[in-house]
Order: sequence, then structure tokens, then C-alpha cells
Amino acid sequence: MKAKFVTASMVLALAAFPAAAQKKYDPGASDTEIRIGNTNPYSGPASAYGTIGKTIAAYFTMVNEQGGINGRKVRFITYDDGYSPPKTVEMARKLVEQDQVLFLFQTLGTPSNTAIHKYMNMKKVPQMHVATGATKWNDPANFKWTMGWQPNYQDEAKSYVRYLLKEKPNAKIGILYQNDDYGKDYVKGIKDGLGAKAKSMIVAEVSYEVADPTVDSQIVQLQQSGADVFFNITTPKFAAQAIRKAYDIGWKPLHFLNNVSTSVASVLTPAGLDKSVGLISTAYIKDPTDKQWENDPAIKKWQTFMKKYYPEGSLIDNSNVYGYTVASTLHQVLKQAGNDLTRENIMKQAASVKGLKIDTLLPGIVIQTGAKDYAPIQSVQLMRFNGKQWERFGQIIDSSM
Amino acid sequence: MTRKQILLIGVLLVIACALPFVVSNYRTFQFTLVMVYATALLGLNILTGYNGQISLGHGAFYALGAYCAAVLMDQAGAPYWATIPAAAAVCLVAGFLFGLPALRLEGLYLALATFALGVAMPQLLKYDHFAKWTGGVQGIVIAKPEAPWGLPLNPDQWLYFFTLAVTLVMFLLAWNLLRGRIGRALVAIRDQHIAAEAMGVNNAIYKSLAFGVSAMYTGVAGALSAIAIQYVAPDSFNIFVSIVFVVGIVVGGLASISGALYGALFIQFVPNIADEISKAAPWAIFGIFMIGFVYLMPTGVAGAVRLLLARRKS
Repeated sequence: MKAKFVTASMVLALAAFPAAAQKKYDPGASDTEIRIGNTNPYSGPASAYGTIGKTIAAYFTMVNEQGGINGRKVRFITYDDGYSPPKTVEMARKLVEQDQVLFLFQTLGTPSNTAIHKYMNMKKVPQMHVATGATKWNDPANFKWTMGWQPNYQDEAKSYVRYLLKEKPNAKIGILYQNDDYGKDYVKGIKDGLGAKAKSMIVAEVSYEVADPTVDSQIVQLQQSGADVFFNITTPKFAAQAIRKAYDIGWKPLHFLNNVSTSVASVLTPAGLDKSVGLISTAYIKDPTDKQWENDPAIKKWQTFMKKYYPEGSLIDNSNVYGYTVASTLHQVLKQAGNDLTRENIMKQAASVKGLKIDTLLPGIVIQTGAKDYAPIQSVQLMRFNGKQWERFGQIIDSSM
Repeated sequence: MTRKQILLIGVLLVIACALPFVVSNYRTFQFTLVMVYATALLGLNILTGYNGQISLGHGAFYALGAYCAAVLMDQAGAPYWATIPAAAAVCLVAGFLFGLPALRLEGLYLALATFALGVAMPQLLKYDHFAKWTGGVQGIVIAKPEAPWGLPLNPDQWLYFFTLAVTLVMFLLAWNLLRGRIGRALVAIRDQHIAAEAMGVNNAIYKSLAFGVSAMYTGVAGALSAIAIQYVAPDSFNIFVSIVFVVGIVVGGLASISGALYGALFIQFVPNIADEISKAAPWAIFGIFMIGFVYLMPTGVAGAVRLLLARRKS
């Protein structure tokens, strides 16, 4: 009798919610499990970023402890690729063909993701929320199975340029950039933003290699060029050197620092907080080392999460907030997907996130995607360093507008 | 060769041919990479194992071969198979030319010079004025070859057999080269170069040639790897590639042709095992494996196998 009643109510439920109850699975999904694949550089030159993969793994351990997503446990399988593209290809194939994951998530690095771009799209397996700010990931017309996540480098560069053209239209610009795809993407953004004025306004453009010991001579070179605006497109170690050197040789340009290197603890403190006054940058995520978020409930929640699930992780590393935030985004996508866990639907849901707020993002910044918009975060806010903390100013800049 | 050895090689060949039909495409791809590495290691072994010249920069020739193949396919529309001999020729010349000045350098100094080459390579590949061809930091994406003549093979299987064929030819050539006059001359130079000279061996020519041939092997491997991975980028050829090659020949067995194969298996699979054991310190685990191998088999895997066979006989 009881069984009959259950069946009857199930039939009723099915009739009422035909879509929700219909279970559809692709490889990697079942009634009990969702398998997600990932590659991260746990060894090699970029191993500092490996902490992102560990944070994401910890995040899903937490989700599983709390009952999983729509009753399914997440199995997050992550492999080391040492930031070497051939290894990424091998590991991506292992994840897709052998481990049979539903999709890849947060594979890290521009060259590594380029190496598997074609393969993933040929296999029609989502390459979800890749961990790189290159602009090419937002291309649903040609690569419908690949989606970025963070604001892309070119858009960020354009938001500095927009501010610059308003405040200082006759600036003489000096650019320091890292000689790789990331640095060049920024430079392209600056030039595109300046348009026809680029030729006359940019007076110096110098680069460095990741393997260089310092950028001191480049800074001297930029000062001698007579530039009064400095675009500092560098990764943390070099950013700290550049800020310190510019200050020490008495060069006082309007100084734009890229978002990659805004950490107070790992960049500005070693550079000297007094030497960092007046820096302008952008942000979209809360910096755990910034005093203004000291008592912020979201950062507090993040700290509790870190202490419980990833105790060996650093509480002053921005990457760990990044990992937490991007994993929260995926969490939402999977919730939205319900019981239709096909690759097609995962992509469809990822491309229909509307105004998602995650509390570790800056107030006012939302995640928004569409069938033709594969760039989840497109807004940033300008901020200026006052010697103690970053002060955000101006409106949220939305580059999709 | 004894009849037993021929039989053994025949059995191995049959297994190698059957392999892609038994295992998954992903495993097939991994074994393709093993053969690629084996060819590269064989090249380095000719130089270091047989001739005693240490190179810490063979990753550079590997990169050169890979870029030759990729640029030819991308810019000139060359078919993939035609890029193998082209890469071989370019690397033979490049290796020979690098070998000439390297003649003045002995032992550790040569190691340093080659190390410099390995370190410089990724930056040269990024050089702006070459970017038109090399794609600069973005690298080059190339298409995957399909099986020709309507063979009922998927691209992975076809690539496996293509690589197997090239590898077999390269191993056969090496075997032919090393067991005869030239091989003996190379070993003589390694063991006692003054005595070798007294016997009429032209040290300079042989050493430069060893460099050229070695670079050619590694270049062919590089071209094969580019075709298999379908992507080349400066980040794929950092100095670790060169170091891992040295690890491969030492673990596999110096001055041994079969050692290249053992070494290739080691550098392909052990890092994956290390990663499975620990995400926190994969290189530490890799190091433990390396120390273990070197302690237990001081003459490499090939040496240990030889010893084992000799013991069974006696």
C-alpha cells in the first residue's frame, strides 16, 4: 500500500515537473556522482598557482560533506601538468577518455589551455571556466565548449585607458610588460583603447622575461624616456621590484598596476607600503590581506573554510580566494543543471547565469553569461592605494556595455 | 644476433603491433609518446653514453625538430610525414655546427655550454622577429593526421603506427651504426681519446658527427612529438625537458640501445605515478624513484637486465 502511494506520488511529481524529474546523463554523471577533471601546475615554474587546484578540491570536499549537489557527490580529479602544454594534453586525454569526467574545470595557463582547446571542442567536452585571462576564450561562435571566467586582460587594460584619457589626455605613456601571451594581451588592450592616439602617446615599451632576476634597468629606461604615465604589466615578484625601483630613482608617474599583482601582502608590502601610495589598479575579488575586509562576513566565512578544509593553505594568498570564488560559480552552474547532467546542458547552464552574486566578489560585481557571451565576469572597479589599503573609486566598469 | 634474440625482438614487435587494438586510445597515445621519448633518448645516448660527451641541452634540438615540423605544416602546408626528414636534416646540420666549437670543451664545460643552449631555446622561440613563423608566445596549433588509404584505424592508432615505423627505422640505423667501426671508434674516444687517436681515429670528425647524429635523432623525436601533441609553444621546451632526457638515459642504461626504451618508459610513466602519490611534492617523489633506480640498478635498467640474464645462464 505504502509502495503504491509512493509510486502514485512519483507519477504525480513527474507529471507536475516533467523536466526536473527527467534524469539525463553523459559520461561522468550518475545518480550518485559528478566527476570533474582538472589540471594544475603542482610542480614546475608556475607551481605557486597550484594552490588554486587545492582550494577547489577542498571546496568540493566541503560541498560533499554538506550533502553534495542535488544529492550527488562531486569527485574532483586533478592532475599535475607542471605548466607544460604536452603534459596538459596527456592529462586532459586521461581525464576525458580514461577517468570519463563530465567536463574539465579551471585548467590553468594560457599555453596549456591552448594546447587542449581544439581537442576539447572536437570531443564536445566542456572546458569550463579556464584559469587564464586571455581574451580568446570568449569565442562561442568558433569554440562553443570553452568558457573563461575572470575579466580578460584586454578589457582590464581598456578600463585604465578610459580613465587615463579622461584625467590626463596628453599623457606620455611608458609600458613594462612580461614577454609572454599575458603581457602582450594587455599591451594590445592598451593600444586598442588608445586607438589612433597610441602612436603618439606611447613613448616607451619595454619587456622582461619571467626568468630575469630584476627589472631595474627597464625602470631606468622608462624614466629616461620622459614618460609620465607608467603601465606596470608584471607578475608579483617583478611588480614589487618595479614599484620600489621607480620610487627609489625618484620617478613619479601616474602608475597603473595590473590586477595580477595587487596583493597587499605579497606585492605592496615587500615593495614598501609608503612607496606604493597612489598606485591605481582594478579589482573584482576581495583581497584577504586588505584591512577593509578584516571583518567582512564573506572573508570570515572563507577563513573558516580554509582552516577546516585546507589548513596548510595560506590565508594571505589571493589565489585561494580566487579558487573558492570560481568553485562557487561552478557550484551554481551544477545546481542549475539539476538532473540533466549532459555536457550540452552543462554548457547551456553555464551560458545562462544571470546576475549571480558571490560574496567574495566585490560589492556590485556579478556573474553574467549568455549564449553569445562566454565571459562570466566583465566588470571591475578602479581602486587607488592610500598607503594602508586599496580605496575603490568610481563606478563599476562593465566592459560588456 | 643469436636466434633467441631475433625471436625475442619478433615477439616484441608482434606485441607492439597488437597494442593499440587492445588498449584505449589514451593509452595508445601514451605509448606513442614513449616511442617519441625513446628516439630522443637514443640520440642523447649516442652522444653521452657511447661518445662520453655530456649534453644538458638536448631539449633545444627537440624543440628545433618540433618547430621545424610545426612551421612547415603551418606555413608551407607540408604533409606531416614530409616534416620528419626535414627536421632530421635541419637538426643534423645544427648539431654538427654546434659540435664543432664544442670540440674545444671537455666534460663539465661542454655540459655548461649545452645547458646554456637549453636555457636559451624557449626565449629564442619567443623572439619577436621570428614570431611571424613561430607564433611567438602563442605557439602553433597543427592538425591531427588521419589514417591514409582508407585504413580502418582511428587517428591515435594511425599516429602510433606511424611513430612505430619511424622509431623502428631510427633504432635499426642506430644499431647498424653503433655495432660497427663507427660505434667502436665512438667508444674508443670515450674511454681513452689519446689511444683512439693513436689508432687512427679522427677525434674531431667523430665527435662532431656524434653531435650531429645525436641532434638528428632528438630532432626527429621532436617532430614526432609536435605531430602527436598537435601544438608547439615555448613553454613546452623549458630546461626541464633537457634534464629529464639525461635522467632517462642514466636510468635506462648508458651506452645501450634498449636502455633508451626503458628510460622512455621511466620518464613517461613515473611522473604520473609520483603525481598520484602526492600533489604536495610530486618532484620529491620523482626524486625518490630516481634515487631508488640508481641505487638498485647502478648500470641502468638495461644493465640490470643484462646482469639478470647472465646470472640465469650461469
